Amino acid sequence: MEKKKPATQERFSFNESAPCPTVPVPPGPIPAPPPAAPRNEVTLTVDDKRVGVPEGSTLLEACRALGIDTPTLCYLENLNPVNVCRVCVVELEGSRTLVPACSRRVENGMVIRTDSERVRLSRRMVLEFLASSVDVSTAPELQAYLEQYGGQPERYGPAAPPEASGEPGTERAGVHCPTDGRTAATVAQPVKIDNDLYIRDYGKCILCYKCVQACGEEAQNTFAIAVAGRGFDSRISTEYSVPLPDSACVYCGNCIGVCPTGALMFKSEYDMREAGAWKESEQQRTDTICPYCGVGCTLTLHVQDNQIVKATSPLDQEVTRGHLCIKGRFGWQFVRGKGRKK
Amino acid sequence: MDLHIAGQSPDRDERAAVDSVLGPLQSEKAESYHLQQERPVRSQRHLLLPVLHAINSRIGWISPGALNYACGRLNLPPAEAFGVADFYGLFSMVRRPRTVIHVCDDIACLIRGAPAICQHLEGRLGPAGAAKPSDSLTWLRSPCLGLCERAPAALVSAAGPEPRECALAPTTADAVLAAAQQPESEPEPAPAPASLSVPQQGQPGLRLLRRVGRLQPESLDDHLAQGGFEALRRAIDLGPERVIGEIMDSKLVGRGGAAFPAGRKWEAVYRARSSQPVRYLVCNADESEPGTFKDRVIMEEDPYLLIESMTIAGLATGCEKGFLYIRGEYPLAFERLSHAIRQARHHGFLGKRILNLDLSFDIEIRRGAGAYICGEETALFNSIEGYRGEPRNKPPFPTEVGLFGRPTLVNNVETLVNVPGIVLWGGRSFAAVGTPRSTGTKLFCLSGHVGRPGVYEVPFGASLAGLLELAGGVGGNGRLQGVLIGGAAGAFLSPRELDTPMTFEGTRAIGAALGSAVVMPFDDSVDLSRILLRIAAFFRNESCGQCVPCRVGTVRQEEALSRLFGGNVQGVGQAPSHLAEIGQVMSDASICGLGHTASSAVQSALARWAEFSGPRQGLNPDD
Repeated sequence: MEKKKPATQERFSFNESAPCPTVPVPPGPIPAPPPAAPRNEVTLTVDDKRVGVPEGSTLLEACRALGIDTPTLCYLENLNPVNVCRVCVVELEGSRTLVPACSRRVENGMVIRTDSERVRLSRRMVLEFLASSVDVSTAPELQAYLEQYGGQPERYGPAAPPEASGEPGTERAGVHCPTDGRTAATVAQPVKIDNDLYIRDYGKCILCYKCVQACGEEAQNTFAIAVAGRGFDSRISTEYSVPLPDSACVYCGNCIGVCPTGALMFKSEYDMREAGAWKESEQQRTDTICPYCGVGCTLTLHVQDNQIVKATSPLDQEVTRGHLCIKGRFGWQFVRGKGRKK
Repeated sequence: MDLHIAGQSPDRDERAAVDSVLGPLQSEKAESYHLQQERPVRSQRHLLLPVLHAINSRIGWISPGALNYACGRLNLPPAEAFGVADFYGLFSMVRRPRTVIHVCDDIACLIRGAPAICQHLEGRLGPAGAAKPSDSLTWLRSPCLGLCERAPAALVSAAGPEPRECALAPTTADAVLAAAQQPESEPEPAPAPASLSVPQQGQPGLRLLRRVGRLQPESLDDHLAQGGFEALRRAIDLGPERVIGEIMDSKLVGRGGAAFPAGRKWEAVYRARSSQPVRYLVCNADESEPGTFKDRVIMEEDPYLLIESMTIAGLATGCEKGFLYIRGEYPLAFERLSHAIRQARHHGFLGKRILNLDLSFDIEIRRGAGAYICGEETALFNSIEGYRGEPRNKPPFPTEVGLFGRPTLVNNVETLVNVPGIVLWGGRSFAAVGTPRSTGTKLFCLSGHVGRPGVYEVPFGASLAGLLELAGGVGGNGRLQGVLIGGAAGAFLSPRELDTPMTFEGTRAIGAALGSAVVMPFDDSVDLSRILLRIAAFFRNESCGQCVPCRVGTVRQEEALSRLFGGNVQGVGQAPSHLAEIGQVMSDASICGLGHTASSAVQSALARWAEFSGPRQGLNPDD
């Protein structure tokens, strides 16, 4: 296919006498994007306070505009809301059920309650359900919400022993072992370590769908993983659970970037945690530009004891929106390589 | 997207299975499905489910070679296709024997002989699903097969180049084994006579069931001789707006369970025509609510009635294409409808020029594959589109954004088959039958401990006691303990509530719902705790797993009930306090109707527990 020439090319003028740069650089600062069309304002009431927000906003944005703290788990600014965790539910007057704040669009005259007994109960139960079935030890946000809402995950009984097969959900959809109710089913399973870059600990997975979105059409377009199984046996999986090196995975690590519970983790971080050497509070974060290509993604280097321990990118960064490629995400080992010139 | 397909290549059988749906490859080159030019430019993802069916029914399971080949042909990532295939209960992702016996052990069959069949099969073949791939057959427990009036039921499927499927009801362990081991050359057993399912057959005054048993279901001539397609001609004469007007006048409300006014949906889809020229009609025939079989009976016994109804709906709302999504466990209905659609197309009742006029409408039939959740309208759309059958968040509603993102009219089978009558006799005359808020006649599914189980058609207004009397009174030992209405998503009523009018408003008044019009009485020999546990297990098995309240809530509900019934049997008073809270978060915060109603039967039974008189002893969840 013939490539279209960029329409803007002719607008730039160059000093003929100056040495011609290989890539023409337009003079002056980077032009700002054209202003967005003005949006109509929608007025609604949240917890007895009236608020006006632009048309098309979500209830979550309205809540945040008012400074109302609304817990979220499956929501992330750089992905489309999938509204599956239901921890952000609010009460909408006239609606039989609660509605998810992260995805429900505002309408004029809506009356919302975010602090009612019903809302608090649902949020507490969702958090309890997750904490009683998933290992949330590396999900500080979830733990904080659990405490805030007074969740008691232990009341569902002691955790059931992991399934004999080692991997839950390998049964046919629509089948489960009978329960006597004395223990609470969990998704506990062995950690999957099948490559040198990152590990998958699905015993910590709350099934927020974010990694699938990031692997698929919302960032990487690789589609190496998808949700498989059904019901409580739903899980994130490659085809036939093949190891990552046999799958379509390109190791961009964007799934790690969006994982809210540490189920997906840099191998480096995992090893340090296993050795008890991970000290998040002592880490420094430094923003820099990725050295590899001309895109110039912003990298946030996480440094502990003067060593890079992992790399991320800010969610609000214009170029990356938090997403990177394999080089930016994992290609910093050379910094402390043994053969490096001093 | 670069397609990454690694691992096994397809063998001849696997190719043939996929090609049977997609047609043969253009190029001779064996590996050419890896090449871009052999791949469709536009997504063919909506053909994934038919392709998976073809693979499963030919190979006996979804093998990696076949899935890889299908992915190459459909331009679909294998991980996504695997996730879809693994969602459905009828597909196996591991090799298993080619012949599979599905034994229904759901509530209606549970009290009418299913445990004995399961026990017998366990003795002969080992535990459910435990067979080795090299064995000749295996057996599995199945959720409700929709044959409750003839319980106990089983479905036998044998994969191969000429796959066989047959439903057996009523049946015995020996009959099931004989059917499973029957050589291919032998003819299949004749379907059960209609009178077994419709005791009212031939009685005057029936509207929806008027032709049942009086025609050969396959015969278009029979259908035409008994007034078939007259309503279609009348609808064409009236034109879309007057047809929709009649539907509005009839006050017909949806019979699938949600009771939404049908006319409002029709009008919304019709009105969208200026901005959205492409719109779809979907007939929801994924009848999977335990205890429900009315749609199956209509589809099996009067398939042309449904085709005529869909055509009227399609022409009135301007949808050029209709999808009929039928549950995978209904082989006979699928066969008869497929035949009827071909016949109707051949004789000009469907297709490009209907009745030689400048009108076009066609129907494509799609089979489900063992997922209760796909009866939820938006999950059904996802299933047709080739995605996992996970419900979408509403709003937007299907009439705005439905199948393939287009405005979509989705109606249940029973709702649609009311349409020809409304068109012929007028909306007002339809509304004159029944009660002011529940108009017309209604099909009820009576099963369990009742004298003559079957589908019964009565004008709205009859009481629960009236329905039981019509069906020959309480069966079993004759001493009524309680009645489940509306199916697993419905509610238990006690004997003192027998005068409840079985209308939308009458059931709502006592905090229940008509749902899919299941009426299932239990005599006092039944341990209701066992029924409740089966219902809880059903929801755990059928939850799609998308949202936390339902995915984990259905598990915690089953655990709490097991604890309650396994320990102190007197102790409903000491029900774990969190059982009510589990119910509340599921009904308040789940995405769809499955989660909203997953605790309804349990909660209604516990609220009436003292009124139920059955045995409560020695419940062992393992048996």
